Amino acid sequence: MAFAIKVNGTTHSVDVDGDTPLLWVLRDVLGMTGTKFGCGMALCGACTVHVDGAPTRSCITPIDSIGKSEITTIEAIGETPAGAKIQKAWLDREVVQCGYCQSGQIMSATALLSSKPHPTDADIDDAMSGNICRCGTYVRIREAIKQAASG
Amino acid sequence: MAIDDHASRTTSLDEGPCTDGLSRRDFMQAGAAAGGGLMLSLSLPFGNSEAKAADAFVPNAFIRIGSDGQIVLIMPYVEMGQGTYTSIPMLIAEELEVDPNQVRLEHAPPNEKLYANPLLGVQATGNSNAIRGAWQPLRRAGAIARTMLVAAAARKWNVDPASCRAQSGEVLHSPTGRRLKYGELAADAARMPVPETVALKQPQDFRLIGTPAKRLDTPAKVNGTAVYGIDVRPPGVRIATLAQSPVFGGRVKSMDDTAAKAVKGVRQIVRLDDAVAVVADHMGAAKRGLAALVIEWDEGPHAKLNTDDIASALEKATLNPGPVAQNIGDVDKAMASAATKVEALYQVPFLAHATMEPMNCTVHLRKDECEIWIGTQAVARVQAMAAKAADLPPEKVIVHNHLLGGGFGRRLDADGAVRAVQIARQVEGPVKVVWTREEDIQHDMYRPYWFDRISGGLDEKGRPVAWNNRFAGSSVIARWLPPGFKNGLDPDSTEGAIDLVYDLPNFHVEYVRLEPPGISTAFWRSVGPSHNVFVTESFIDEMAAAAKQDPVAFRLALLDKSPRAKAVLALAAEKAGWGQPLPERAGRGVALQSVFATYMAQVAEVEVAKDGSVRVRRVICAVDCGIPVNPNTIQAQIQSAIMFGVTAALYGSITIKNGRVEQANFDTYQILRMNEAPAVEVHIVQSRESPGGMGEAGTSAIVPAVANAVFAATGKRLRKMPIDTAALK
Repeated sequence: MAFAIKVNGTTHSVDVDGDTPLLWVLRDVLGMTGTKFGCGMALCGACTVHVDGAPTRSCITPIDSIGKSEITTIEAIGETPAGAKIQKAWLDREVVQCGYCQSGQIMSATALLSSKPHPTDADIDDAMSGNICRCGTYVRIREAIKQAASG
Repeated sequence: MAIDDHASRTTSLDEGPCTDGLSRRDFMQAGAAAGGGLMLSLSLPFGNSEAKAADAFVPNAFIRIGSDGQIVLIMPYVEMGQGTYTSIPMLIAEELEVDPNQVRLEHAPPNEKLYANPLLGVQATGNSNAIRGAWQPLRRAGAIARTMLVAAAARKWNVDPASCRAQSGEVLHSPTGRRLKYGELAADAARMPVPETVALKQPQDFRLIGTPAKRLDTPAKVNGTAVYGIDVRPPGVRIATLAQSPVFGGRVKSMDDTAAKAVKGVRQIVRLDDAVAVVADHMGAAKRGLAALVIEWDEGPHAKLNTDDIASALEKATLNPGPVAQNIGDVDKAMASAATKVEALYQVPFLAHATMEPMNCTVHLRKDECEIWIGTQAVARVQAMAAKAADLPPEKVIVHNHLLGGGFGRRLDADGAVRAVQIARQVEGPVKVVWTREEDIQHDMYRPYWFDRISGGLDEKGRPVAWNNRFAGSSVIARWLPPGFKNGLDPDSTEGAIDLVYDLPNFHVEYVRLEPPGISTAFWRSVGPSHNVFVTESFIDEMAAAAKQDPVAFRLALLDKSPRAKAVLALAAEKAGWGQPLPERAGRGVALQSVFATYMAQVAEVEVAKDGSVRVRRVICAVDCGIPVNPNTIQAQIQSAIMFGVTAALYGSITIKNGRVEQANFDTYQILRMNEAPAVEVHIVQSRESPGGMGEAGTSAIVPAVANAVFAATGKRLRKMPIDTAALK
C-alpha cells in the first residue's frame, strides 16, 4: 500500500508493504544511499536516522510506524546546528577510515549533542556503543565529539 | 579533489583489459622478500606509448594532464579506509610538484601489466604493501612527468631546462619570471622524449612526504555522498539477496517458492546448483521472499564436520615433520643440553572479516558484454573470474570499482562477483546482489585455523639456546596465488614465525600445510603474522617467565643485532611506564615484531574482572616504519589495527558444527564497541629507511601484548584465542 513519509523536509509517496523497513525505502525506493545497511537487526547502528530528532535504527523500523513523523538522514543532518558541528569535528579530527559506518556514527553523535551539549565520557559510551566501527575509529570519534561539544 | 568511479574504460590509458587473466602470474617468480612479506619480481612499464590522446600529456600509467589543466592521478591501489588515496597521491605529487588539492583521482582499470603491485605481482591491494610497492615507481612516475614538463617549457622559452623549476602545477623560469601552467604545456610535453633516468628528491627536500596530510576522501564520507559498491543504482536495477548452502559443499535438493513469489515486490526466484536468490524491487522484499522460500538442501560430504575435528587433525599434523621454513644452528643438540625446557601448544581460530559493508556486487549481463559495479581489492581478478562465470572474454567485462566499506582481505577474493554473475545470467537487466549479514558471516572465506607445537631451551643463565616450532594450517597463498606456494612453503604462512628479531643461535621452524575440508580460507588483516606473532611473542614471554626475568629485559638482551627492534621496544616500555606498579588483577604485556617491513612494539595494559572478563585499558605503541609518509594515517592505522586485534583477542571465533558456521550476526560474532575501546598512544620513530607497511602491523602485535598482560595480571597463560574468560575467574 502507499505511504506518505517526510524525509529531510520533503514528502514522498511510496508503495510498499507496511512492514518494509524504512532503511530499504530510503535506499532502494527513494535512492538515498547515505544511510547504510550493516546488520538488519539493530546491532550495528550503520542505518541510524533521526525520527523526530530521536536516533532510530531504520533497519528494524517498519514504514507503517512512521506516520507523520519527520525523518532526517545523513544527507541533511548538516543543516542542523548540532549536525554541522559534528561534521566539522569529524573533518578536523580526521575520524573516518573506510567511512561506511560513519553516517550512523554521525547521526548518533548528533543526537547525543542535541540532547546533551556537554556529554561526559560515560554519556559518549552510552550514546555511541550501539554503533560498530570495524575500522575501530573510536579514539577519534570520542575526540571529535568532545571537540564539537566545546565549539 | 574528486574521485571518478567509472574507470574501467579510461580512454587514453586502457590498453585493453588483460586477456590472459590469472595465467599471467605464471611467469612471475615468488620468493621470500628480504624485509618479509611477498616478493614477486615484476617490472612496471614506463614510457609514453599510452600517450595516444593528442591534447593530453600521459607520461605513464599513473598521470594524465589535460590541456584544460586537469591533473588526474590514476590509483592502482584501492581505498578501503587505510588512507591510500591520500598517501599514494602524496608520492606522485611530491615529485610532480603539484599540491594534492590540485588533482583528481581515478580508480585504475583492470590491467595487471600496468597496475600490478610490484611486491605482489598482481593488481591487488593487500599485505600492507601499497606504499612499499609504490615508493620508488610512483615517485619516479611523478619525476618523469615533471622532467618532461620542464623540458617542454624550456624548449618553448628557448632556455636551459636547468634554469627552470616546477612548482604547484606550473613551470617557472626564475631569471625572467615567466611561468606556464602544466595544462598549457601538456601537448608539448607529450612530444618530449621520456628521460631514461631521473633523480628523486632526498628526504630533507620533501615538502609533502612526512607531513600529517588530511585525507582526501573525508568530506564525502561525512555527508552521505560517498559511493560504495552497495550504493550503485544503474537504471532499472533490481535487488537480490541469496541463501547459499548452509553446509559447506551442499546443494539445493528441492525448493518451493510459492509463498516467496507472493511477496509484494518479489520479481523472480533464481535457483543455482548450490544457492537460491530472490530478485525484488527492494531489499526488504527480497529478504521477505527469501524467508518465505522452503529449501531442502542436500548437505553433501561435510555434514558432520565440526571445529574440534579440524583442530585435532591440525594437532596430529604437527607430530610429523614438515618442510623447513628456517634453520639456524643445531636445535636438537642445543635442546639436549639445555638447563631448562619449555614446551607449549598454541592454537588460533577461524575468523570472519565482517566488513561493515556486507558483500555485494551489481551485474548487468548483456548478450555479449558484462558490466560490473563493485568495491574490490583486486579488480583484475574480479574481471578475470567474472569473465569465466559469464562465459565471455575478459575484455568484454567492464568493472567499475568503488570505495570499499572495509576490506581486511575479504575483498581480495572475487567469489561475490562470480556469484552475482551466476545470478545475473538468469535475470533481465541489471541486478544488485546484496548479502545479508548472516550470509556474509556464514559464507565468508576465513582466516585459517592454525595449530603450533613449540619448544624452547634455556641455559643455566636463563639465556635462550634453542627454539623449535612446527605449525600446521591452511595456505591461503596456495589457493590465491599458486605460484607463490613452493616446496611446501609460502612467504605469508611463515611471516612472523621466521626471521625473528631476536638473536637465537639454534632456531628451527617447520610448516605443515593442511587444508580444512570444504572450507575456504583467506587473507585476513595481518595475514600470516596474525597467527605467528601471537605464538612467538607469547612463547618468548613464556621463556622469560621460565628464566625468571622481566619480559622487556629478557627481550632487550636478545636484540643487539637488531637496533631498530631494540629502539622501538625501549621506547614503548618507557612511554608505558613499564615496571610501575598496577592494581591487583591489572597487568602490562609487551609484544615486539618485525613484519610487513615495519618494526613495532606494543605495551597493553589490561584489567581482569572477577568474572574473568578482560578490559584492555590502554595501549602504547612505538613504531619504526621507515620514512613516515603520512603520520596522520600511520597513527589512524595503528589505532584501527589495535581495535581489530583486541576484537579478535576478546571475541573472535568462527566455529563449525555439522558443517555449518555457528555465528551469524554481530550478536554472535561480536565486534569491539566504543565503551570497550582502549586509549591508544602512538609514538613514531623518525627514520630514513624506506617505508614499511602500516595497515596490518598493529593487529598482529596487540594480540600477544594482551595475552601477556593477562598473564601478568593473573598468572594464567593464554595459548588459545579468543580469551576464555571462564579460565580467568
